[in-house]
Amino acid sequence: MKSKGQLEAKLTAGEFVITAETTPPDGADEASVMDKVGCLKGLVDAVNVTDGAGARAHMSALATCAIMAKNGIEPVLQFTVRDRNRLAIQGEMIGAPALGIHSILCLHGDSITKGDQPDAKPVEDVDSKGLMAMARHMRDTGTFPAPSGRKIDPAPGLLIGGAETPRDPDENFNTKGIEGKIEAGVDFFQTQFAYDIEVLKRYIGALNDQGITERAHFIVGVGPIMSAKSARWMTENLFGVHVPEHVIKRIEGAEDEKAEGRKVCAELVEQFKEIKGISGAHLMAPRGEKAIAQTLTEYNLRG
Amino acid sequence: MMTDEPMDDAATGPLNEGPAFPDMMNPGPVDPGAPLAPLPGHTSRGRLERILRAGEFAVTAELSPPDSADPMDVFDRASIFNGWVDAVNATDGSGANCHMSSVGVCSLLTRVGYVPVMQISCRDRNRIAIQGDVLGAAAMGVANILCLTGDGVQCGDHPEAKPVFDLDCMATLEIVSKMRDKCELDSGRKLDKAPELFLGAAANPFAPPYDFRPIRLAKKIAAGAQFVQTQYCYDIPMLEAYMSRVRDMGLHEKCFIMIGVGPLASARAAKWIRGNVPGVHIPDDVIKRLEGAEKQKTEGKKLCVDLIQQIREIEGVSGIHLMAYRQEESVAEIIAESGVLKGRAPHAVNPVIPEYMQQRFKVQA
Amino acid sequence: MRAVRLWSVRHSHGLMKLYDVFEGLIMAVEPVVRRVGYDRLEKPVSVVENGLKSAMFDCQMCGQCALSSTGMSCPMNCPKNLRNGPCGGVREDGHCEVKPDMPCVWVKAWEGSKDMVNGNIFDVQRPVDHRMKGTSSWLRLMRQKKEGTYPRPATTARADAGKGAS
Repeated sequence: MKSKGQLEAKLTAGEFVITAETTPPDGADEASVMDKVGCLKGLVDAVNVTDGAGARAHMSALATCAIMAKNGIEPVLQFTVRDRNRLAIQGEMIGAPALGIHSILCLHGDSITKGDQPDAKPVEDVDSKGLMAMARHMRDTGTFPAPSGRKIDPAPGLLIGGAETPRDPDENFNTKGIEGKIEAGVDFFQTQFAYDIEVLKRYIGALNDQGITERAHFIVGVGPIMSAKSARWMTENLFGVHVPEHVIKRIEGAEDEKAEGRKVCAELVEQFKEIKGISGAHLMAPRGEKAIAQTLTEYNLRG
Repeated sequence: MMTDEPMDDAATGPLNEGPAFPDMMNPGPVDPGAPLAPLPGHTSRGRLERILRAGEFAVTAELSPPDSADPMDVFDRASIFNGWVDAVNATDGSGANCHMSSVGVCSLLTRVGYVPVMQISCRDRNRIAIQGDVLGAAAMGVANILCLTGDGVQCGDHPEAKPVFDLDCMATLEIVSKMRDKCELDSGRKLDKAPELFLGAAANPFAPPYDFRPIRLAKKIAAGAQFVQTQYCYDIPMLEAYMSRVRDMGLHEKCFIMIGVGPLASARAAKWIRGNVPGVHIPDDVIKRLEGAEKQKTEGKKLCVDLIQQIREIEGVSGIHLMAYRQEESVAEIIAESGVLKGRAPHAVNPVIPEYMQQRFKVQA
Repeated sequence: MRAVRLWSVRHSHGLMKLYDVFEGLIMAVEPVVRRVGYDRLEKPVSVVENGLKSAMFDCQMCGQCALSSTGMSCPMNCPKNLRNGPCGGVREDGHCEVKPDMPCVWVKAWEGSKDMVNGNIFDVQRPVDHRMKGTSSWLRLMRQKKEGTYPRPATTARADAGKGAS
């Protein structure tokens, strides 16, 4: 085992995992963290905490994760390259396991111009692959990366994650990007929303053919859709997201759009379980921790 | 070690009886790191501000964060100071060497009830990350934050890292004061709960341009500094000159000034520091005194005690900040010998670490 | 280049006067600039500004010039980009901690500011807006003065506030 986390234990045991996502609160209140994510306790295997989502300042992801870990929710700490240089990032990677954080997700992060502090300096000392490589180096060798080489004892035992976007494997499809991340150190991927089950099947199938799903776990993104309008907005505005028209129509036609959105989500998760090569579902909904919890309980998704 | 009856609380106000944030998920013993009851005129709910505002001569020490992912390493380092100091500084990659992050260290310290001063350097984070760290630290019970510029990355063992310096320490002070006093982020976005903090800065009276140094302190106070901790002092006349200017400007009435001190291990070490650590000023007579001693290490500690006793007498000085790098075990002895606490016993924590943190963190690959 | 920069600091008194004259001058041409359009002039003006200020001050074109507050010593030449005074790492000979062969920008700034008539080294400077890098601070000054938005209102903290000095 690389980490002391339950997430790794379950993934290694071949169990279907369920992860969710939360954004830290805007305030200095420990209780507000659990007010937000407490509803997910016991329902999911881990909860991701975003790092300066939307290029806006929130409570630090490290502190949010520490509060969750203390209160019995396993966190996945997200790192972006936008706001910190390698000194700060490595310092946090070492501090994470001491605070009960055993998994991280390495991302690039939203552009600084998209947030409410566009005057800030984008750091970008390393790229997301650099983050993965740093984490793996420290974990596997117990030293800081060159030229430092100083010893870290004990080494930070971290399960390393990366992000991917499922897409239809056309003739230009290649897996170089994914393999590059795996070589940099990725143990698991969490993906962008995948609402088109046919595309997902073909995508995972292509990865299975290349043996990639043997090398890293794939936790596929999905979430309770709030309304037909929000489904259209996601298709138009979120990179790589496509909600098929028949799904939108179905939600639109329902009496309670929100309830139908949860049902769509639950059905997809059940379908994921049947697809070889998928290790779990990653449930995301902006400010929707409660909707995620409701979906999970209503349809008893953890079985 | 020290008595369980902390005099500071008797002197400065009632202790908060129960945890301020009742932990619904883990109903357990009283949270030792819970904030104290708010007091009028105080901006934080921590012990350091209480001690200083009560007019006590405060003592802080510096903890160098471990190169380790094991919480016990943090607690071991903090326990050396337990009952001897009013607060412990957690450095933020000092010397531009990477260690456990200061948010990480402070989050652990507050759980056991230690009083950390979290250092934030401007070298490694931009304003988005700094504001997040401030909120996170405050949520974890950190009551004191020290904003500093930070050493250049070239000094450390990651010289290829990108120096960020998006903000300077002055801007950091302004932004954090705004978060605390106006309950909003630098962008103007409102916070649900403002961080309750006692804000500090660093000062170096011993580096050129000497006559600008008091003005720089005045700027830091204007930007929000409520206390400062200085660089190592080995030159009393130079400090006296600085303090006299500070008193003329009335700065000691607006800000608590704590003078940095530390034991020198030997004359050789002193010479090395003088040659290699920019900003640390060690006069020749200090080196001569060490050279002339039979046991240089003992003399180094004695010198430190002498300095503390002289510093204590200077008008406008509110405390000392002990930086005993790699000589942390001598801190208690130096404090005791200097008599600087005047019989006062700083708050001591129960050094029993919760079981869930005690596990050794070795992970088999 | 550094020799010229140090010369500029030594002559900060004269340069400050020159700057005041120059400021009057640019306000005089403001109507023309307005007619031609700020955006169309941004590129040519910033090229000229860059050329001139690079030669005089080793200008880094941060787009928010603080020379009048810093004794004509450009703070963006500080390896830590400090705009509010020197860090604690200045060497005993007054040289930079990071670049030991360079005199500290702020040691020079302090020398320069002593000779300046109405320098405002006491002001707490706002953090740099990184979006403005590479743009002309002359045009910005011109526009802000004309529109009454200069100086930037964000901060008013001054180190000597309440002490009656200025």
